[in-house]
Amino acid sequence: MQRRALIQGAGATGLLALLGGCATSRVPESAKVVVVGGGYGGATAAKYVRLLSDHKIDVVLIEPNDSFISCPLSNLVLEGARDLSSLATSYDGLRRQHGITVVKDYVSAVDPAKKTVTLARGGSIRYDKLVLSPGVELQLDTVPGLSEAHAEGRVLQAWKAGPETVALRKQLEALPDGGVYALTVPEAPYRCPPGPYERVALVASYFKKAKPKSKVVLFDANPDVTSKGALFKKAWSELYPGLIEYRPQHKVVGIEGNTLKFEVQENFKADVLNVLPQQRAGQIAVQTGLANSNKRWVGVDYLTFQSTAAKDIHVIGDAIQLAAGMPKSGHMANSHAKVAAAAIVSELSGLAPNPKPLLTNTCYSFVAPDLVVHVASVHEYVEAEKTFKTVAGSGGLSSERNALEAQYALGWAKNIWADALG
Amino acid sequence: MKTLLARSTLAAAALVASLAAGGALAQDAAALQVRSWAATCANCHGTEGRSSSTDAGLAKLAGLDKAYLVEQLTAFREGKRPATIMHQLTKGYTPAQLDAIAGYFASQK
Repeated sequence: MQRRALIQGAGATGLLALLGGCATSRVPESAKVVVVGGGYGGATAAKYVRLLSDHKIDVVLIEPNDSFISCPLSNLVLEGARDLSSLATSYDGLRRQHGITVVKDYVSAVDPAKKTVTLARGGSIRYDKLVLSPGVELQLDTVPGLSEAHAEGRVLQAWKAGPETVALRKQLEALPDGGVYALTVPEAPYRCPPGPYERVALVASYFKKAKPKSKVVLFDANPDVTSKGALFKKAWSELYPGLIEYRPQHKVVGIEGNTLKFEVQENFKADVLNVLPQQRAGQIAVQTGLANSNKRWVGVDYLTFQSTAAKDIHVIGDAIQLAAGMPKSGHMANSHAKVAAAAIVSELSGLAPNPKPLLTNTCYSFVAPDLVVHVASVHEYVEAEKTFKTVAGSGGLSSERNALEAQYALGWAKNIWADALG
Repeated sequence: MKTLLARSTLAAAALVASLAAGGALAQDAAALQVRSWAATCANCHGTEGRSSSTDAGLAKLAGLDKAYLVEQLTAFREGKRPATIMHQLTKGYTPAQLDAIAGYFASQK
């Protein structure tokens, strides 16, 4: 009897240990720097805290997905020129090359007072410094009818590259020749300013080859194209004559079936609706009380990217309130990450942060699978105004769409993926 | 002589210990600043200048001669070397910053 109880007890203990091991085997009880979100911002921050500290500061990266999937280049999946798998990069490089502990989980709560994060599957991790790179949350509830339409898989966004990108491609493939695809753009700021304009060009590229009687209609809540306007409009008219219709100042206020309802203009019915709603900082930043700019974006001290609402929490990427001229782009998130990482390494080492940080942005847009345009800028921290400003005379646009920049865009992708994750 | 040697050894050991206690960073703020500026090039030219995609003209910068790098960066900045994007980006940096960045990449192997 005693022996049986002992065996049962040992079995139970073993099972508990096993369950515990599954849930928490790679979760350290304590860490110096915890990074939440493994996108362009978070992955880069995790790697650069390790690099800039000569691999001396411990880093834990918490990310729910198995691998990083790039939003840049994902419009080529809609065109049919690329597979989604070609946009994926494993987190193994961060583990193996840089000794970062990568935990596959969501963060359900942050306690800024206790300096801990709680994981959705249980357990918590203490931090000295926390980096939040949660990206954006799509506010589906700001357009009546959109949440339901999205839940049913009828109206997609595909604004975070992944299964939705593939699902939208399938909707385009199923569209009959002569069908209409409509994309709506919210008022700026939103993730990836040129993204919608690139998307309509690449959907039109697919239609031109596969279903030339079809049509693309772009409804923009903004008064005009928000990025690379002249270059996009020239490409639309010259490469896809009659295929793309652009309607500015159209703000979507509801969805019924396949019909878009606008604030002022007539309703519009299309076969495939692709509705991008207003966006705000990712949920964990909002929930932690950091979204102190219009309740949408996180205010930061730009010298260190520390939240203005909580000490020792640094927020980077699309979730922050932008300085003037600073776009919500992957390249910019990578740049934020390096400034934040250097500031964190400095502070944990007893040094003052770099007083003159620099940020760059380079954004390539495909107007056809082999033709690209770019916009670039360099931003310097201006102490007197405590913000980043675009360096006068720096940056600019492509002189015209060209094939050489298509090669550069692909090279950029390889290098920035390796810079963030390799 | 023996005492002096022992003292300097002790001093060196104390310095190492203080570096370790202070966050273990064997670099100063100025070096970290230059490293951070150079990191702004990594998105296109690879981490620490070790590009993984040189086929598209995104040159590997690590280990190149500093004078050559300064010359090229200056030529871009002054519009003397044609480019799609580098003539725009280099105008965002001062000549002193470009010089420091070139020195950093030259020191990488």
